[in-house]
Amino acid sequence: MSRILLGLATYTIVAIVLLLPPTLVFVEALRQGLPAALATFADPDAQAAIWLTVEMTALSVAVNTTFGILAAWALSKFTFPGRGVLLVLIELPLSVSPVVAGLVWLLLFGSQGWWGAALARHGITIAFAAPGILLATIFVTFPYVARTLLPLMQRQGRDAEEAALLLGAGFWQILWRVTLPGARWALLSGILLTTARAMGEFGAVSVISGHIPGLTETMPLHIETLYNGYQTVAAFAMAALLALMAMTTVALRGILERQADKAGAGKAEDWA
Amino acid sequence: MPSAPRLPGLWPRPRARTRRDALPGLHLALGATILWVGLLVVLPLLALAIRPWQDGAAPMLAALHDRRMLAALELSFGSAALAALVNLPLGLLLAWSLVRTRLPGRRVVDALIDLPFALPTAVTGITLATLYGPHGWLGAPLAKLGVRVAFTPLGIMLALAFVGLPFVVRTLEPVLRDLPPELEEAATLLGAHRRQIVTRVLLPPLLPALATGFGLAFARGIGEYGSVIFIAGNQPFRSEIAPLLVVIRLQEFDYAGATSVGFIMLLAAFLSLAVISALRRRLSRGLGGGEAA
Repeated sequence: MSRILLGLATYTIVAIVLLLPPTLVFVEALRQGLPAALATFADPDAQAAIWLTVEMTALSVAVNTTFGILAAWALSKFTFPGRGVLLVLIELPLSVSPVVAGLVWLLLFGSQGWWGAALARHGITIAFAAPGILLATIFVTFPYVARTLLPLMQRQGRDAEEAALLLGAGFWQILWRVTLPGARWALLSGILLTTARAMGEFGAVSVISGHIPGLTETMPLHIETLYNGYQTVAAFAMAALLALMAMTTVALRGILERQADKAGAGKAEDWA
Repeated sequence: MPSAPRLPGLWPRPRARTRRDALPGLHLALGATILWVGLLVVLPLLALAIRPWQDGAAPMLAALHDRRMLAALELSFGSAALAALVNLPLGLLLAWSLVRTRLPGRRVVDALIDLPFALPTAVTGITLATLYGPHGWLGAPLAKLGVRVAFTPLGIMLALAFVGLPFVVRTLEPVLRDLPPELEEAATLLGAHRRQIVTRVLLPPLLPALATGFGLAFARGIGEYGSVIFIAGNQPFRSEIAPLLVVIRLQEFDYAGATSVGFIMLLAAFLSLAVISALRRRLSRGLGGGEAA
């Protein structure tokens, strides 16, 4: 009896809290039929927003993956003074509000920021332009790759690497041929998490981007513009696309983790 | 001994202190890491720490007396705490169903738990605002009952609860999984009542994880922006959250004011994580077991 009640309670909560919202996104997007929803994407501003999001995501993932791998190498295979401080600093962005994550870049590169005016005299604009959006996106997705790789690489120890060294391998060979293949599930999982976060980032980007339609609007910002302009169908069509992209990425990560579990690699410990 | 989930910030120690080193790449990797962390994390956060004092202490002092800011901070903290609190029983129920029962469709439920985490915040924002709005699927029936959700503090709490739920479930799950069902059976055999089993056998080992889940959801809630602003109403003194005030101050070109609010939010987030981490350590010590991590 109590089993049944528990099951019913679970289903009810899941249905109301977790199932209704994504359903609503697609229902609202298709309210006037599929053609009306698809028409959203014919708009040049919408296309510009999609491209900007793809570009910013790709670049953030590239930067944070490259440095995340190197950081995980240094922090998992070696001990050195200040290691603990570095670990804390890498995780710091997780506890910073997205809005603050945008604000800090304005303090450096905004018109009233430390270097904004000086850079502007040389024709370099960072705030209210793509470079600012990129910096904000890198900041909010900063730790994910390092965080997923590190515990796994640490558990793997350094025996394989030392063996490779004795056999004459250099640093890049060891990293590329020995360490990373053993950590490929965790690496991929970290990259997917970074991707999902990067394309959905709203607060940080909203502060630094200046909201210029067609120029500095990413998909989440374009959704806000459409919604506030009472273009509900268009807003939800764009939201549906973004949600599909993000949910696919996260779902892939789930499949991957089950795969890794089966392979006995252990679950990547990475919760943010 | 079941290992409690770690708060971010508590990484495992390396296996052994290594000798003076044969493996290559430390200098290169460490140099790159310091550059990456220095330019992209330390430098901007330093700006946040220094900027409020740059024009003297006056702007910060003024900010501390700004009643609108205090109201916004109070609202953000209050609703984040309430939302995290609401998530504890909800999260416990979901985690329990996932770990201890053979619920049909468990895989689907498991996947859906991550949804609030996967859904981009702007999408969450407009969706919840529509769902709980006066004409929404849930908003309309609730309005008939006289409950207004959208554009009130209740809406803020609801959005924060939605966003925080996966944090609670995912911290509780591994602890529940490590808790042997035999424990309850033993308690039953020894003649414990149902309530005794819950309060004496089940709850104590779960407390550290509950505290962690609360802390993570709370810290996330303080700074949450995108999923809240659409449903919040954003009236000063009533339904204006602290992150929104940062944005408004920036739009007024009041950098000092914006930075003061941002700085206080950051301090509060660190403080709450530190308190939770200390509390959690204390709770797990009370169990008589050391921590694995």
